[in-house]
Amino acid sequence: MDVDALYQEIILDHYKNPHGAGLREPHEAEVHHVNPTCGDEITLRVHLDGDTVADVSYDAEGCSISQASASVLYDLLVGKSVPQGLAVLDAFSEVMHGRGQVEPDEEVLEDGIAFAGVAQFPARVKCALLSWMAWKDAVSQAVSDPKEQ
Amino acid sequence: MTRTQGYDVEAIRKDFPVLARSVAGGHPLVYLDSANTSQKPRQVVEVIERHYLEHNANVARAMHQLGAEATAAFEGGRDKVAQFIGAPSRDEVIFTKNASEALNLVARVLGDAGTVGPGDEIVISQMEHHSNIVPWQLLAERTGATLRWFGVTDEGRLDLDDLDTLVNERTKIVSLTWVSNMLGTINPLDVVIARAHQVGALVAVDASQAVPQIPVDVASLGADFVAFTGHKMVGPTGIGVLWGRYDLLASLPPFLGGGEMIETVTMERSTFAAPPHRFEAGTPPIAQAAGLGAAVDYLSALGMENVAAHEQAITAYALERLQEIDGLTIVGPREPVDRGGAISFALDGVHPHDVAQLLDSRGVAVRAGHHCAKPAHRRFGVQSTTRASFYLYTTEAEIDVLAEAIRHTQRYFKVN
Ligand SMILES: Cc1ncc(COP(=O)(O)O)c(C=O)c1O
Repeated sequence: MDVDALYQEIILDHYKNPHGAGLREPHEAEVHHVNPTCGDEITLRVHLDGDTVADVSYDAEGCSISQASASVLYDLLVGKSVPQGLAVLDAFSEVMHGRGQVEPDEEVLEDGIAFAGVAQFPARVKCALLSWMAWKDAVSQAVSDPKEQ
Repeated sequence: MTRTQGYDVEAIRKDFPVLARSVAGGHPLVYLDSANTSQKPRQVVEVIERHYLEHNANVARAMHQLGAEATAAFEGGRDKVAQFIGAPSRDEVIFTKNASEALNLVARVLGDAGTVGPGDEIVISQMEHHSNIVPWQLLAERTGATLRWFGVTDEGRLDLDDLDTLVNERTKIVSLTWVSNMLGTINPLDVVIARAHQVGALVAVDASQAVPQIPVDVASLGADFVAFTGHKMVGPTGIGVLWGRYDLLASLPPFLGGGEMIETVTMERSTFAAPPHRFEAGTPPIAQAAGLGAAVDYLSALGMENVAAHEQAITAYALERLQEIDGLTIVGPREPVDRGGAISFALDGVHPHDVAQLLDSRGVAVRAGHHCAKPAHRRFGVQSTTRASFYLYTTEAEIDVLAEAIRHTQRYFKVN
């Protein structure tokens, strides 16, 4: 397997300089997700302003793929509406589960297209999806249980 | 350059066809994940194949010739294992699914026998595999007993400073690993067993990493229970072993209920078979027992002293080569003294999963993660490590490929 397909330059850049890292206030929901097979962890907070994803902040420990994926998630989702964000999540998951057969849409996924190569490494798909699953969980909590800040 | 005192490593590698294959990218396989599971020699695979193709039947309950052959194969596996570990009696060898089930069996039946209750203590260590932690946590929860543990020193050794206070008159069970699957440490069991028996506690030993690589004699070890697993000792998956002192086993209630473990059954109640069958409900791992018998034959033919000597030599060589690499930190003892063939390490600036991925791209198979020893990782302030582990077929040339692949990884991730 060609590791260069996995470790795209964009991924390594996000890994070395993650965007939006660190936990911030305010937030309406905080979740902690773990990948039990490898131990990667993320604590992720979502702040909604009405229907808009005003901030996603996170503290992640894990491999380059999981870290870079959280960074790309931050870039893609902050400023979007919740339904738009969920649509991006669906597009990203579809590529991840596509075994390399699904062509990513750069309009929607921007830097996220660099993860297309990850889909060829089944063991790493979970790394790429960790922050996204955490975000989905956090958003659904924030929407269903809006906490007064 | 890979002749160990007792056997020719290059020659025996031919018994393991998988070692001759190449992996994606055309790199020859360098299999350094034997602490996870060992490879299997032809001699073992052929016994299993022949069993299924020529002798297959259920054991004990089949009154025909094939049934007798299958029973002989299964019970013959038990005889061989008993002899291999120096068990005083073949009836002390219980076949389980793996080491995890063997340890759960001990914890469950000791609990059911009322061995521990509120105020009593169970002692384990911080370097255990989850399989020797969780069953005891569950037992403590069920019974109200308290779980305590030995710490680990900065060097990665069992911290025995508080042995006499940790193991005290409230202690009913001590369960300890012989060889750590993460740190590689070989523990001084004799000291712990002596203290435990002094206070009347029972001792269980997780020998999953010990039986494959050092000569084991359970009679002289003096523990009460010893658990290990077939697939790490050139045997098949699906079979593990619990050895226990016969008088103790005979006093304990059954584990699972079902066929083969009974003496007689009425609608109201049942009485139970003597050990080992009392603890082996249902159709057992028959082909696997035959295969495990072939595995111990294989190891005995090499000689366990020779296997241990090779493991020691190859580990010493690897410790040396790995410590030459800038930015690599070994987690666990750095000297080849009282040390098994597993080396876990951290590489500055590269996460273990990425290390393993890059090594894999060079044909080098290692494990990355917590190796089912999360508390031991936490003890050293790391979430995960990369682990290279060696076995009787590992060569110095393979260690050289590992070292070069680690340097390649550093270049790839542009560290140092
Ligand atoms: C020290 C130790 N104990 C227990 C186990 C569990 O073995 P199994 O998974 O075969 O039950 C292992 C291997 O994974 C081990 O290394």
